[in-house]
Amino acid sequence: MSTVKAASPLSPPSRLRRRVDPVKIASFITLVITTFLMLLPLFFMVSTSLKSKREMLKFPPTFLPESWAWSNYTDIFETLQFGTLYKNSLIIAGFSVFGTLLSSALVAYGFARYRGRGNNFWFILLLSTMMLPYPAIMIPQFVLFSKMQWIDTFLPLIVPAFFGSAYNIFLLRQFFSTLPEELFDAGRIDGCGELRMWRTIALPLSAPALATVAIFAFIYSWNDLLTPVLYLSSSDKFTLPVGMASLTSSRFRIPPWHLLMVASVLAMVPIVTLFAIAQKQFVEGIVLTGIK
Amino acid sequence: MYLFISPWLIGFLIFALYPILSSLYYSFTDYDIIHPPKFIGLANYTEMFHNELFWRSVKVTLRYTFISVPVQLLLGLGFALLLHQTIPWRGFFRTAMYFPSMVSGVAMSLLWYWIFNPQIGLFNYMLSWFGIHGPAWLMNPDTALYALIIMSFWTAGSGMILFLAGLQGVPASLIEAANLDGAGRFRIFLNITLPMISPVLLFQLIMGLIDSFQVFTQAFVMTQGGPNYSTWFYVYNLYTSAFKEYRAGYSSALAWILLIVVMLFTAVIMKLSNRYVHYEGGSRR
Repeated sequence: MSTVKAASPLSPPSRLRRRVDPVKIASFITLVITTFLMLLPLFFMVSTSLKSKREMLKFPPTFLPESWAWSNYTDIFETLQFGTLYKNSLIIAGFSVFGTLLSSALVAYGFARYRGRGNNFWFILLLSTMMLPYPAIMIPQFVLFSKMQWIDTFLPLIVPAFFGSAYNIFLLRQFFSTLPEELFDAGRIDGCGELRMWRTIALPLSAPALATVAIFAFIYSWNDLLTPVLYLSSSDKFTLPVGMASLTSSRFRIPPWHLLMVASVLAMVPIVTLFAIAQKQFVEGIVLTGIK
Repeated sequence: MYLFISPWLIGFLIFALYPILSSLYYSFTDYDIIHPPKFIGLANYTEMFHNELFWRSVKVTLRYTFISVPVQLLLGLGFALLLHQTIPWRGFFRTAMYFPSMVSGVAMSLLWYWIFNPQIGLFNYMLSWFGIHGPAWLMNPDTALYALIIMSFWTAGSGMILFLAGLQGVPASLIEAANLDGAGRFRIFLNITLPMISPVLLFQLIMGLIDSFQVFTQAFVMTQGGPNYSTWFYVYNLYTSAFKEYRAGYSSALAWILLIVVMLFTAVIMKLSNRYVHYEGGSRR
């Protein structure tokens, strides 16, 4: 009796036997090669950042540093006021994220919860501002901010975020639209005002979407070069990108590649950290808000 | 409702509508930002069309766009298709492909500035494995723009994430049904997958074009528009005229041409895509 049982795993019907799919093997090999190519620059970024001044000029480049120059990572804070750059960028990005979240969530809620004639008009207008290239408006903005005496302050880099950004409003609106109406009906019966429903019902349910927007806003502010180049003139107010861009300038006869790579690695740290923390919510947020 | 959208409405008026209109006005003036603008009619526009650097910047930007955007889209879609299958280490591959997109901006420009270094850079070293003697990428007017195009492929992973999200939205039942009907992989891709993800494709095409028309960082950090103006991107040209030569009026004219071109491209693509792009529920919105 038990023989029947023992025999079955040995003889699966050949039709169902798992065949190795040639397409999958080809895909796997392609992925290995492309991933290698994609990661190689990053690998060299980190490895060069740990090389000595002499070794960075070697050709062919050494894969791993011969002697690990960890001191590069402290040197950069002394020679290039890297700490100040970092702090400035963090302050600006922090306020920008806060401003974007607050105003975009508010505006998106307004667009998601009210469906009327005027609403549609404003929403299309909002979408069309996504196509508006920043360079097209940068000169009058510059004139405006210089009249307000905001040049060489962080204000031009922070204040606009508090008025919402089209892309993020669009994402959040898509998300808010998926929240079931019954929730808000229940809130209304309990006597909630709209602002309270926004705060107590819509926002808590939107963590993935809000995390996505926060990440977008942070990356945007953290990487922006053009705006701070326009508005910041004294070097103790520079953001990270502006300070780093000045590293390639003629100050050095030979670019200090090892220090440039240290700067690049350090500039990446906050973004990678953010992703590591919020990755799950981020991917979920992209799927849920249906960027399409 | 207006209470909720008021932050954006106010922002729109101050940071979009007012600047656009005043930039239109400035474009008809001689303006150095310090002294009040002087009306000069269409002079900026006529000068622009006779200006060699303007045409150079248009050519550079279009060449960059027409190569880099389609290839980036194809790469992103290709990676997404590969990773949409059940494949070992899928999570690792996905993260690894996306990783370069986190290094955007100046850090990426610095890194590739080193990679393209003819003496000690990684790129020519790798080419030498295959017996190729690489050019002095960024210092050679014939190759500098192509170097920047190659660099742009490195961030195809950001598009991949969006395509992956799109692929997840393709109903498995449709694919199973087609499978039962005996459709091959390629047919399924062409007749089901592609139409279903076409909105993602359209979105990325338009956003890719708009971004690509505005390339600035690479030119600012890596090449300063050189050598011999071979990477003289449109927005770099616009920035230089306004903030190096203090010709804000002329620069505003450049800005308006950019705006018109972006609107034209978007309108044409939307119009053409109406026939091909599939939206769930049959109609848009």
